[in-house]
Amino acid sequence: MIRPGKLITRNSLNITFNRRTMLIGGAQGLVGAILAARMAYISVVENERYKMLSESNRVNLTLIPPRRGWIIDRNGKPLANNKADFRVDLIPQRVRDVDGTIDQLATILKMTPDKVDDLRAAMKDARGLQPVPVAAGLSYEDFAALSVRLPDLPGVAPQRGFSRQYPTGAAVGHLLGYVGIANAEEYEESKNPLLITPGFKIGKDGLEKYFEPQLQGKPGARKVEVTARGKIVRELGVQEDVPGKPLKLTIDGGLQEFVARRMGRESGAAVVIDCQTGGILAFSSMPCFDPNSFSDGIGRLEYAMLSQDERVPLLNKATRGLYPPGSTLKPMAAVACLQHGVDPEETINCPGGYRLGNRFYQCLGRHGPVNMVRAIEKSCNTYFYAQAHRLGYDKIAMVAREMGLGEDFNLAGLNQRYGTIPDSEWKMRKFKQAWTASDSLNAVIGQGYVICNPLQLAVMVARLASGRKLYPHLIPDNRVAPTLPYAPEHLAIAHQGMAQVVSQGTAARSKLPLEGIAMAGKTGTAQVRGLGSGSRGGAGVPWKYRDHGLFVCFAPVEQPLYAAAVVIEHGLGGSRAAAPVAKDFMTYMFDPQKAMDSLAAMEAGWGGNIQERMASEFASFRARAEGRVAEPPPQEAAD
Amino acid sequence: MLAFVPRPVAELPWQIIFITVAIAGFGVIVLYSAAGGSVSPWAGIHALRFVVFLAMALVIRLFSENFVKWGTFPAYAVFAVLLLLVELAGAVKGGSQRWIELGFIRLQPSEFMKPLVVLAIARFYEMLPIGQARSWSAIWPPLVLIGVPWFLVMTQPDLGTSIAVMTGGVTVMFLAGVPLRLFIGAGLAGAAFVPFAFFFLLKEYQQNRVLIFLDPESDPLGTGYHISQSKIAIGSGGIGGKGYLQGSQSHLDYLPEGHTDFVFATMAEEWGLIGGLFVIVMFALLLRWSTVVSLNAPSRFGKLAGGGLTMVIFFYIAINMLMVMGLAPVVGIPLPFLSYGGSSMMTIMICIGLLMGIERNTRQGGGGGRLLP
Repeated sequence: MIRPGKLITRNSLNITFNRRTMLIGGAQGLVGAILAARMAYISVVENERYKMLSESNRVNLTLIPPRRGWIIDRNGKPLANNKADFRVDLIPQRVRDVDGTIDQLATILKMTPDKVDDLRAAMKDARGLQPVPVAAGLSYEDFAALSVRLPDLPGVAPQRGFSRQYPTGAAVGHLLGYVGIANAEEYEESKNPLLITPGFKIGKDGLEKYFEPQLQGKPGARKVEVTARGKIVRELGVQEDVPGKPLKLTIDGGLQEFVARRMGRESGAAVVIDCQTGGILAFSSMPCFDPNSFSDGIGRLEYAMLSQDERVPLLNKATRGLYPPGSTLKPMAAVACLQHGVDPEETINCPGGYRLGNRFYQCLGRHGPVNMVRAIEKSCNTYFYAQAHRLGYDKIAMVAREMGLGEDFNLAGLNQRYGTIPDSEWKMRKFKQAWTASDSLNAVIGQGYVICNPLQLAVMVARLASGRKLYPHLIPDNRVAPTLPYAPEHLAIAHQGMAQVVSQGTAARSKLPLEGIAMAGKTGTAQVRGLGSGSRGGAGVPWKYRDHGLFVCFAPVEQPLYAAAVVIEHGLGGSRAAAPVAKDFMTYMFDPQKAMDSLAAMEAGWGGNIQERMASEFASFRARAEGRVAEPPPQEAAD
Repeated sequence: MLAFVPRPVAELPWQIIFITVAIAGFGVIVLYSAAGGSVSPWAGIHALRFVVFLAMALVIRLFSENFVKWGTFPAYAVFAVLLLLVELAGAVKGGSQRWIELGFIRLQPSEFMKPLVVLAIARFYEMLPIGQARSWSAIWPPLVLIGVPWFLVMTQPDLGTSIAVMTGGVTVMFLAGVPLRLFIGAGLAGAAFVPFAFFFLLKEYQQNRVLIFLDPESDPLGTGYHISQSKIAIGSGGIGGKGYLQGSQSHLDYLPEGHTDFVFATMAEEWGLIGGLFVIVMFALLLRWSTVVSLNAPSRFGKLAGGGLTMVIFFYIAINMLMVMGLAPVVGIPLPFLSYGGSSMMTIMICIGLLMGIERNTRQGGGGGRLLP
């Protein structure tokens, strides 16, 4: 170790000591300078950035969901509004002990076992900050009891807010749709933090979905100072939300509700159109889900009940239900015949059917000699068989389309199945077969390839009644519809036939019980199980094989104000099932009190109004399902 | 000096007393704010402790150099044994233990080891014949004196203190004239040893701290949270700070350990760069004082001990401040006079007391002219 030739003395060690001390001192000074520089860098150069980080630590911005715009009817009556609400959500990411938290919530909020099961299932699939609704519409006492326990329940987010309310419940389900919590895909798409704000809902179906941008509004914000543990120290300020704009519809709220209720326990659809504008006054498909339950997050059991019902409450039958229109097309066919030179006074003898080649096409009766008006009144097939055979169906199909059959209307995003008005070209394209006279005969009585939805039937009768090419719409507009290219006297003959249907024909039992106001209409019966004798679809067979009953009508006869189409599924016949419904809601339009009185009597016989019946159905379904696991609902509930 | 001031009072080392009072006083002010504007639980006790330990330092100051030299090796031996006992107690109980419960105080032997290793090695070099200052026999005994407590503290495990013990000891060796190339060689060997130490000697939580120091954003809610929040506190303070009692990072609990290891960040948030520079300047003055003391010391023991003790104090200051500014990993080392905590203040005050003693000895002995004012 010793370096030769280097003498170590006390003095040389002292010199080394001094030198090395200065070295260390210098190094220490350097570290000091580095520290000062580093600090200056952080606090001066990066000051803005760290100030922002410090603020985002300190200040917690909570969005206040905007109040949704009301949906109102033509008279300003709310079809959808908002009610003040105490609600609770779970934020999955912040919950530490899922089972424990749910148990506590169940106790505090006194939740029923099936609700608790729903919540558990929902929490299993839940991720991140997406709120899972626990309960809405809490009483103030429950809300307060929960708020007190919050420090022990991380992830539980109670909130005072507003929730969507549909005062007439199921009566507007298929018309308005419903609202719900945004799902993960919707959030991923826009990354809008509002979508994962507890209590915020977006339109999921129907008009609620289509008019989302208008109805949504702008969120408010609440700024609070919070500690690292999330405890709120003080409120720093609140910015109020801007409620969404109201949406006014052509719907008549009272009629809408009346129609829905009048459908009773039947399955079917009804559409009422304003003959002056084409505005839809009522748009009903029953039975229907209650949009209030969908908007609160429907329970699995309730969803199972809806999806297992053979009357398909989840299907909007007014636009997506397709039915052979049957004889309801006869007035339209009459106009087509007149258009092509048929003399309305020409009589055709009805011996109870029509012979085409070696086949005999049945009529409903043996009408003897009938002219056009009488053929409509009696719904004589033979007359129309003969006319169709003579003209060919292609000419009638053109008029059918002009009347709105087979048309897909532009109607606020309402999903439609527009059916078929066949002709020879269509048949060739579709089946590579030539049109036959037999096809014409079937088509002219609304059977065979012909298939329509109830909305189209309502449009057809509205155009027939008004003589103008009305377009159905839900949002009021002032456009005047163009006149149809048919002579008024031709239309008058169809009107007269339809008037006689009600005054003395197939729907004679459905005359309006009003002084001086008469209804014109046309019944229709559509076979469910193939063509042939009525007995195959008659009262003696199971419900789902029975014939559909249809009815199209307008009133008053002389000066049409309202046109409507009613389809009662498996109702056995138009005059028996559909016409009485139309009679009552037409009565409502002119004398609401009278109509309500007769409805009250009927509802008493059906076991209550819609809400009461749905509640008792659910109770019995729950009883049956006890001990059995219901299938989980898919995310998007209704079609 | 004013004539009416009694000589013993006038002779007190007022310069260093003023510096420590200034820093510790500032510490009391910061801890008052850290408690949300309250004397309890920290500020009051901090002030009380400082007064007690300052008195202790002034008592240590009165020890003669011979007394200190006489007591060095026995004290070293006693605390080495205590360290071993702590280690054994920890092994018996399971888990790590760093202190011995004496009823009224928790005695942490590793704290005493920091000045004791310095004193023991200084004493050793003083006893070593001058001619052997650069020989093998000048190297291995200090290595043993450092190695034994280093190993015992390291396995506690207390990374910060073990490095502090080693740094103090090695500094004395350096100042004693051990050839420079040995330090360079050891430095290179140490660099090679780091990966080994990292993978085999450090516990997992220590490894994580190092990893997260290298990339704090990788774990913003875990260990990296400390560093991130500390930088946010310092950075958001700006030049003049947010104002006294206005620090949101510390008052809303975003800054962890805001009254102990991260007290500098608590201070910087409210006092800004100005407060930070004040603290840095006061520490610089303190270290300048102690460096001057060791340079002026007449005896070799005084010089070496003074230099080593200076390094021990520096080590605390530098590592802590590098840590809170995100330049060093999170090792539990408090900031002298500012951090709340008794044992570290005691260690620093023992060092200050010993340095005061060296200065007093210099003045009394009047030995070899003062190098610097």
